[in-house]
Amino acid sequence: MKADVGAKPVTPGRGAIAAGDVLLSLEHVSLAFGGVKALRDVSFDIRKGEIRAIIGPNGAGKTSMLNVINGFYHPQEGVITFKGQRRRDMRPYIAASQGIARTFQNVALFKGMSTLDNIMTGRTLKMRRGFLTQAVYWGPSQREEIQHRLVVERIIDFLEIKHIRKTPVGKLPYGLQKRVELGRALAMEPELLLLDEPMAGMNLEEKQDMSRFILTVKDTYDTTIALIEHDMSVVMDLSDRVVVLNYGAKIADGTPAQVQNNEAVIEAYLGVSH
Amino acid sequence: MNASVTASAGADAKLDTVPKLLLRNAAQHTDRPAMRHKDFGIWQTWTWRQLRDEVRAFAIGLRKLGLERGDAVAIIGDNRPRLYATFAAVQSLGGIPVPVYQDSVADEMAYVLEHSEAKIAVVQDQEQVDKVVSVIDRLKKLQRIIYDEERGLASYDHKNLSSFDQVQTLGREEMEANSGAEGWWLDEIAQGKGSDVSVMLYTSGTTGRPKGVMLTHANIVVSAENGNRFDNFGPDDLLLAYLPMAWVGDHIFSYGQAYAGAMCVCCPESPETIVEDRREIGPTYFFAPPRVFENLLTQIMVRMEDAGWVKKHMFDYFLAVARRCGEQILNGKPVGAGDRLLYGLGDLLVYAPLRNRMGFSRTRVAYTAGEAIGPELFSFYRSLGVNLKQLYGQTEASVYITMQPDGEVYSDTVGKPGPDVEIKIADSGEVLYRSPGVFLKYYKNDEATAATKTPEGWVHTGDAGFLDQRGHLKIIDRAKDVGRLVSGGLFAPKYLENRIKFFPEVREAVAFGQGHDYVTMLVNIDLTSVGNWAERNNVSYASYQELSGHPQVLEMIRKRVDELNKVLAEEPQMAASQIRRFLILPKELDADDGELTRTQKVRRSFIADRYAPLVKALYDGSKDCRLAIEVTFEDGRKGMIEGNMRIVDMQTYPSRSAEPLREAAE
Repeated sequence: MKADVGAKPVTPGRGAIAAGDVLLSLEHVSLAFGGVKALRDVSFDIRKGEIRAIIGPNGAGKTSMLNVINGFYHPQEGVITFKGQRRRDMRPYIAASQGIARTFQNVALFKGMSTLDNIMTGRTLKMRRGFLTQAVYWGPSQREEIQHRLVVERIIDFLEIKHIRKTPVGKLPYGLQKRVELGRALAMEPELLLLDEPMAGMNLEEKQDMSRFILTVKDTYDTTIALIEHDMSVVMDLSDRVVVLNYGAKIADGTPAQVQNNEAVIEAYLGVSH
Repeated sequence: MNASVTASAGADAKLDTVPKLLLRNAAQHTDRPAMRHKDFGIWQTWTWRQLRDEVRAFAIGLRKLGLERGDAVAIIGDNRPRLYATFAAVQSLGGIPVPVYQDSVADEMAYVLEHSEAKIAVVQDQEQVDKVVSVIDRLKKLQRIIYDEERGLASYDHKNLSSFDQVQTLGREEMEANSGAEGWWLDEIAQGKGSDVSVMLYTSGTTGRPKGVMLTHANIVVSAENGNRFDNFGPDDLLLAYLPMAWVGDHIFSYGQAYAGAMCVCCPESPETIVEDRREIGPTYFFAPPRVFENLLTQIMVRMEDAGWVKKHMFDYFLAVARRCGEQILNGKPVGAGDRLLYGLGDLLVYAPLRNRMGFSRTRVAYTAGEAIGPELFSFYRSLGVNLKQLYGQTEASVYITMQPDGEVYSDTVGKPGPDVEIKIADSGEVLYRSPGVFLKYYKNDEATAATKTPEGWVHTGDAGFLDQRGHLKIIDRAKDVGRLVSGGLFAPKYLENRIKFFPEVREAVAFGQGHDYVTMLVNIDLTSVGNWAERNNVSYASYQELSGHPQVLEMIRKRVDELNKVLAEEPQMAASQIRRFLILPKELDADDGELTRTQKVRRSFIADRYAPLVKALYDGSKDCRLAIEVTFEDGRKGMIEGNMRIVDMQTYPSRSAEPLREAAE
């Protein structure tokens, strides 16, 4: 008895990359801020349809890595290949229009705007009507807004944030803000979703909810996910492959089990006894 | 298609089952709204015709899946149009729907599914599917699970799992392939009789396993029609379905009465959005347990604390006006012209916006039941113009036993016997009733049936009460908890405790009196309320114990007990229960010490043992007493509390009844 709306979003005709193929690869990427070397000759890839975790101690360069991927930082060396296109560096607008969305370590929402409006901003790149048509509002741009609203409402339903649809996000607790931010990223219907510490500061229940959302995003929205996270049990449960950074360099790469038993990783996290 | 429906509805003039009511509504109220549901932020509507078509497609689909007459179908989930439609679809085939509390844990769910021998389970979403699947080994009879919301279920093994859509498609395909399917469905409905079992509702037993109460179509239809007639509900009314579908109240209000009166039932978007959804819908009929009204009031008061000076003063002023004359105006009593004018102004400025905020703008009738409601809370809503009333009901009665007619609404009664309901009070004080809504029997439990229902059809409520001078029923306690004083007077501890707890200063109280000459009480002060008072009055204290022993606090509580005694003296049955002596406990009663149950109910006999020296002192005439007792702190550590407590002697008042109670007068 539901209206003609299913659970899956309508995004047909994704690129020609099949599940399991390399979606994004980084080769010999190095990034330095003056004398500080944030990334040193890092190479790894993200395959279509997987959850790829990036872990490492504080200051290891994880967030820098994400910033390189979505074009916010420009590495001095290395090559980035996304969907088969090789580039020296990414540009944020190219990253966004090509289907890379992200959330931030410190929630970056528009505090005074409602949950609904915040998620709606995620649709900006998909809007086709020009400024003048939108200023008139009635007619084509209204029809377009209704289409986008439907996508947004599905996300709201999916993330179980119906009760805060009209609440300004500044008033929301941290866990919910994180969820709204994920919603905004999903509104871009991204091919690659970058999550920067999606569970930071959450309690156990919120973490379980978020884990469930991430897994469902991967399954039903057909999205590839790169994830930075400090909670090791979350990383080990969720991710298909893990890359470990330390002082800007890659020290391990493999399945959660492989990484867990890697001595370099244990040393980086726990220090080594001499 | 329409012709056949009208023909069949015409031929079957006797509307003795709920599916027949559905056909009637589809014929008579064809394009009026039957159900609404907020989905993706928009209210979606189904007319009675659409609802019938949905029900029909689902019913024929169920038939294709092998549902036979008499089979049980479990229904698990939040209030959703499709789950309500499932009731009608199952009943149209002569099956028996068994709604299950959606928040019950897997083990409880397994018990109900197993006991009811459900063949199919229709559930809301992945969460409920997971719960049923986790206990599937115990459910030998269960053949199939059908779900409403698909999210997260795509990757599940669908061998014995179908979506609601798939079942409906099955039904629609059958109707296309076989032109007789529709007629067959109407025949199935025509075969239903009023004496058939309509629904099985499991009561959440406080002791032992839940019992399956079997209600017939006649129970549901007659009770629903009586309820509708009592408050004049009809096709123009709408209500919000938000209470558990497994609860008899929701089944009668949102299903029985809605079908009988062709009312529109609205389903909220999610459990968290109920307040907002109610405001948008503006139901004309609203039911809620007292705690919902309490929470609403608290929210408003908290917001008013943050409001600006002008608003706050206006609010306080007009609330005082409402307290003075609001209830009289609602009851149609004469009120002076000046007050009437002020109330009108208040309505414009304060009451109407408040009602709108709470979603009561269009509410003609609101009911509360389930537990005692505080008189102040009750009059607050009534004085704002919300026609809040009380009723008393049970699953075994298809809800209605007593209800308050308009113009005869009191906070301390549960009303007069409903239409066609007979009431009698047993010698033990227990309330018995007989009505058209009385259940058939408990499923597979003849022993319990015999213990509850007499061969003449009288049902034991298990509650003690009495009819007052106005012919209204007052419920005082569970029958097994009611005792007698030595004088022979009725002693109903919970009644006394509830009455004293209505005062904000009192958190908890325990009354003693069984087998004694008079009633005494242990009182717990409310730290929030009394602490607040202490702050305002510069009373300093270092601990709960010190505050509870403060002479001014003692005096404050004494005044409250005195007020209670005056009220009790007005009630002939209760006059003997006036409180003669009380003391204030130096610690809060706590579940960690075993004094309360986990649901915050007083464990009276345990407390009597634990505080035996105090109880002894209350009855031996001493002026104070000493207590040393071990307590458990929240972190699990143990400690001792000791101290002296003063015992306060109270004045009692002569009973106002015709028969003077000599021992009550000093």
